[in-house]
Amino acid sequence: MVPLSYYVILSAIVFITGVVGVLIRRNIIIILLSIELMLNATNINFVAFSSYFQNVVGQVFVFFALTVAAAEVAVGLAIIIALYRSKSSINVDEFQLLKW
Amino acid sequence: MTYEFIPLLPFAAFLILGLFGHWIKDRAHLVAVPAVIVSFILSVLTFMDVAGGRHTSIPLYTWATSGDLRIELGLYVDRLTAVMLLLVTIVSGLVHVYTIGYMQGERGYARFFAYIALFTFSMLMLVMADNFLQLFIFWEAVGLCSYLLIGHWYERPSACSAATKAFIVNRIGDFGFLLGLLLVYLTFGSLEYQQVFAQAPDIAKETFNLLRLIGGQWEVSTLTLICLLLFMGAVGKSAQVPLHVWLPDAMEGPTPISALIHAATMVTAGVFLVARLAPLYSLSPAAMDVVAITGAATMVFGATIALTQFDIKRIVAWSTVSQLGYMMMACGLGAYAAGIYHLLTHGAFKALLFLCCGSVIIALHHEQDMRRMGGLKDKLPVTYWTFVIGSLALAGFPLTAGFFSKDEILVSAWSAGSLGKLLASLGLATALLTAFYSFRLVFVAFWGDSRVDPHHAGHVHEPSWTMTVPLLILAVLSISTGYLGISTFLAPAFPGAASEGHHDSPIAIGIMTAATLMGLIGIAAAYVLYVKSPGLPDRLAHQWQQLYLLSFNKWYVDEAYDRTLVRPTVRLADRLWSGVDVAVIDGAVNGVARAIAWGGSLMRLVQSGQTQHYALGMTAGAVLILTFYLLW
Repeated sequence: MVPLSYYVILSAIVFITGVVGVLIRRNIIIILLSIELMLNATNINFVAFSSYFQNVVGQVFVFFALTVAAAEVAVGLAIIIALYRSKSSINVDEFQLLKW
Repeated sequence: MTYEFIPLLPFAAFLILGLFGHWIKDRAHLVAVPAVIVSFILSVLTFMDVAGGRHTSIPLYTWATSGDLRIELGLYVDRLTAVMLLLVTIVSGLVHVYTIGYMQGERGYARFFAYIALFTFSMLMLVMADNFLQLFIFWEAVGLCSYLLIGHWYERPSACSAATKAFIVNRIGDFGFLLGLLLVYLTFGSLEYQQVFAQAPDIAKETFNLLRLIGGQWEVSTLTLICLLLFMGAVGKSAQVPLHVWLPDAMEGPTPISALIHAATMVTAGVFLVARLAPLYSLSPAAMDVVAITGAATMVFGATIALTQFDIKRIVAWSTVSQLGYMMMACGLGAYAAGIYHLLTHGAFKALLFLCCGSVIIALHHEQDMRRMGGLKDKLPVTYWTFVIGSLALAGFPLTAGFFSKDEILVSAWSAGSLGKLLASLGLATALLTAFYSFRLVFVAFWGDSRVDPHHAGHVHEPSWTMTVPLLILAVLSISTGYLGISTFLAPAFPGAASEGHHDSPIAIGIMTAATLMGLIGIAAAYVLYVKSPGLPDRLAHQWQQLYLLSFNKWYVDEAYDRTLVRPTVRLADRLWSGVDVAVIDGAVNGVARAIAWGGSLMRLVQSGQTQHYALGMTAGAVLILTFYLLW
């Protein structure tokens, strides 16, 4: 039986990897993947605590999270394609449209 | 009988022309003229009603209620009102018709009609008012209309400044009027004529401490104070000395409007005010004396200036000032009926003179200087003959309307004590001057050789029938109003006024003869100076240069006002503008804006547009919040 703390530490490591990936990588696809990492880190947490508390709600939540993540990737990729078509680049530095 | 329609019809015409003038354009007269003509017909019916002894008060509606103060709008129709209605609607109607020809093809044709309709409406409401506040509202409305109409040719700087001058000078008088109004309300607790007049005898002895606010003691009779304050308004509106300066400048407006202002609306309001408030004035001998003396001063003053002017419209304008002096003097001496009678006859012949001037001006392509006229009597026969009739009436030539009314004033004045005798003599002297300057105008402009600009001399001709018909009608009125017995018709409207002079007493006949002689001497003198020996006026002007310049420059009143009042005010305003407005107010407003802009430019640095910077910010925030919860 693996103790709960191992799962939590793993989840934290994956989450921080995701955060750092979002913050430092320039490639927009990598950023999207990093976001997925962060989502899955939370999923690990949900599942771990679900088994720890013997409560199935956590696992149900994970299915929702996975579904939403799938939809989000679809939208995200569509946006990336649109951006690529307008700028011929997927380098996030080039997109400064939110500036006044 | 529907009295309401008399003012409402011109008002409807104003609304239609004001709102749809853009589309109506050159057909504007089709709206305005019928409205005023129907008004006139209704006024005639009203006159007959009132002659039958009826006088009515018609409440229209309650405008505002505040505590004890109820402000109602209503119409009050008595003999005085009926006469004024007749004058206003007939002169206004003829001016409307005349305008069709005069303003033909001008830009702002519909606008002009809209404003004269509004002018007529305001004046009708003014004379029909049944309380002080309504009187004041339309008093101001008349001032506003005169401003709009004098400045009709607003692209001319001189017209703009004349309009502004008229408005400001009137406002000075109206300030006194408003104070008088407040004092009336303070004293009587009501603004209704009937209530005020009913209480007036009871408070005749009351006094008012002028210096109460600063702890002093200066008791004056309340009634006299009210009368004098209200008279201030009349001085402004009726162009009495010292607020007469706006009237001659009002000549910048189109000629029909000069006729309207000088004959029927606007300037008559002051005289009407004094007559309407006769029950108050009669109780205050001091105020009456002030009115009479102001009137007499204006009468002499206007006449002396008219002697030397060259602009035909200005000569007629100064004669209006002088004639208004006569009316005011009559009212001040208690002869209200005579004053209003003269107002009526003057309305007829002064409108005639102005409209004649207008037709001369149109015929000569906007030439107003009589030194460049001459010899017009053969080319403009209708204008010439009607002008002569108007001038005869103005000069008080026997059997014209002006003769009867002026005579009435002089006889009443003579029978009003020693002050009256003095003023009556001044009136006689002024009659001489009046005859002289009016026939100077006739002889110089219409007789002699033509001095017209050769470019225009060839095609000088009478204007269209819309302009000559009003002249003919007014010429008939300038004579016939003398025979309608207006004076006896009016007498019951002023109970308790000084008894009118009897026209069969030897004194009355003496005055009549003297006045006639004065008129004839004046005409003869003008004939000698301007027809027999044309070089004489210049020699006289040279010999009496000081006097001549004094009259020619209008006694330097404008210059004096300019030095003592206008320029210091302008300079003060200039200081306030650069010192207070620009430095303090603008400084504060702009300063706030600049501070906010500066703050914004700092905040903008945060907003780089880089998504990752925002993500970093979010992460840092999340870490901070987490730290906060974990450590505390």
